[in-house]
Amino acid sequence: MSTPANSVDIDRDVGNFFYDLTPARDAGVGLSEKTIDYIVDVKEEPEWLREFRKNAYHVFMSKPLPTHWAGDELREIDFDVIRYYLASGESAKRSWEEVPEEIKQTFERLGIPESERKFLAGVEAQFDSEAVYSNIKRAVADQGVIFMGSTAGLKERPDIFRKWFGKVIPTGDNKFSALNSAVFSGGSFIYVPPGVKVKHPLQAYFRINAENFGQFERTLIIADEGSEVMYMEGCTAPKFTTATLHSAVVELVALPGAKIQYITVQNWSPNVFNLVTKRGLALENAEIKWIDCNIGSRLTMKYPSVVLKGRKARGEVISIALASDGQHQDTGAKMIHAADETTSNIVSKSISIGKGRATYRGLVHVPKHLKHCRNNTECDALLINSSSRTDTYPAITVRGTGNSTQHEASVSQISAEQIFYMQQRGLSEAQAMSLAVNGFVNDLVRQFPMEYSVELKRLIDLEMEGSVG
Amino acid sequence: MSSIVIKDLQVAIGDKEIIRGLNLEFSKGEIHAIMGPNGSGKSTLAKVMAGHPDYQVTGGDILLDGESILELEPDVRARKGIFMAFQYPMEIPGVSNANFLRAALQARLPEGEELDATDFYHLLDQKMDLLDIRREFTARAVNEGFSVGEKKRNEILQMAMLEPAFAVLDETDSGLDIDALKVVAKGVNTLRGPNVGILLITHYQRLLNYIIPDFVHVMFDGRIVRSGDKELALELESKGYDWLKEVEAEPVGAK
Repeated sequence: MSTPANSVDIDRDVGNFFYDLTPARDAGVGLSEKTIDYIVDVKEEPEWLREFRKNAYHVFMSKPLPTHWAGDELREIDFDVIRYYLASGESAKRSWEEVPEEIKQTFERLGIPESERKFLAGVEAQFDSEAVYSNIKRAVADQGVIFMGSTAGLKERPDIFRKWFGKVIPTGDNKFSALNSAVFSGGSFIYVPPGVKVKHPLQAYFRINAENFGQFERTLIIADEGSEVMYMEGCTAPKFTTATLHSAVVELVALPGAKIQYITVQNWSPNVFNLVTKRGLALENAEIKWIDCNIGSRLTMKYPSVVLKGRKARGEVISIALASDGQHQDTGAKMIHAADETTSNIVSKSISIGKGRATYRGLVHVPKHLKHCRNNTECDALLINSSSRTDTYPAITVRGTGNSTQHEASVSQISAEQIFYMQQRGLSEAQAMSLAVNGFVNDLVRQFPMEYSVELKRLIDLEMEGSVG
Repeated sequence: MSSIVIKDLQVAIGDKEIIRGLNLEFSKGEIHAIMGPNGSGKSTLAKVMAGHPDYQVTGGDILLDGESILELEPDVRARKGIFMAFQYPMEIPGVSNANFLRAALQARLPEGEELDATDFYHLLDQKMDLLDIRREFTARAVNEGFSVGEKKRNEILQMAMLEPAFAVLDETDSGLDIDALKVVAKGVNTLRGPNVGILLITHYQRLLNYIIPDFVHVMFDGRIVRSGDKELALELESKGYDWLKEVEAEPVGAK
């Protein structure tokens, strides 16, 4: 039985609907060692993983909530009422026809199969805890590219999976990486063989359908020497009154000369706590680029990072955050230089609307013994209303004589005279705002694939409609 | 014939009265020039016609084809055909001229109707050729980093694209050297015709050597104190604005 939660408002919140399903696999509410046993048993995982998960559970329990960081908002998460694993018990399908009707309907409404036909090399669609659909185009698979769920990855290719799993982001990195390590399910495992350049993007779509639920996908991407891959992820959830938790861990490994581009358009509903750890390891002459766009969620804490481990490795973070009433986007980037001649670039633009709050948190580290490292950091904030808030916490430590950094930051507002000027040309106040905001992020949006930049523009338009009045 | 009628208009900013009983009427196809010294209320008149929120109309009315526009939002007035070329055009960072004009034209279409991109670029190319504007102009952000001359030409290009019924040009000549002034004047002359009524607001007679008005009004201390034809501008040029202080005792209605 389909129950769109809010059909009137469907255009504004394309993801705001859900289906009343009873998943065959349900770990129940709350988190204990029993929850972990349940997950390991139903997923039929190897014993080493049971140990790994239980260890992570204890690390999670021992670490305090980082309320000194983003704020007390984190206390709104009640870990005892959350359900940590919900799934149908069926394996991911290779054709949409085999996907259960309601779930297929969900992804149809979100336009996933259509995008797949148009421009993607492969798609993985996750519904609550597990992928329901996973497919890679034949031509791409024939080149030896592996694209599958994390569970499939660890079982079918343990040789590659275990070598890198948890190596870029150790369990104890932070409280939420430990939580993910304890209960992770879903997410993608990608391996691109040496020299293979995947022309079209691979996409994952993360959908939360259930209430009082936590989604903990785990993604591991390994680009072997000289290979190239672009991965895109999107996400939505219905708007529930209670907090939903999304806590992913994403590890990227770019072996010498490889390039990975990772694009996120985060549009969670405003009750989702989005606490994500993303980090890439770039070896010699490799390049990792995160394009991270945060529009939805109640609170997002996410700082995509690159560890520049090999000579001449390059790291880049392009970040766009839009914080409306009741939202806090605590985002940024980390660049850890660990080899000579490494370069990093961070460009962050945030927009705060109404009582929305955007925080930029950056960390750039260049130790003294390195030579010829460069960093460029730019962060610009746009405040729409007088009640909007922005904070910037850049931490840049560059030691040694042969290294350089450049940092620019700005805060601006759209002036009443600019709005009047645009209104005089016939644009409504909301259209004028929207145009100005799109102008502010335009140079970054241009780096997105076409389909995503159109979507982004549309989301900004919708946010602006609500912001003036 | 389509017209704008301004009746006994009184305007204040805060407690300060700026326009005190101004009368003016102009029709499509005509060019009227309003001249006056600094502080006479010329630019205020332009902004009030466009609906700038900082000014309060304390009396009188502005009628477009017989209907008051005072309660209308600036964008509604614009879509009804009132255009204002700004004395200080605003910069809109990151928004290209083409996208800006496209959004402005799109806003004039009924809900659900999409502006045809090919038609739009065709029209834009045509208008830019008409005004001798180079094609790469379209990709530049609106007025960002433009010289004063480029900004003013951009105002005229916007006017050409939006094809208003009435255009108020607020000190379009200010800040221009003689060459830039000629270019802008040429643009305005290209656009003049039976389908547009133009109100030229200027401090200097100089502009009127290049754009010949049908009527000239002299504004002083918030009122129109003299109206006449283009000869009035020359008279004013030779006598200077001080001469107005003597005539100010007897305000006259325009036209």
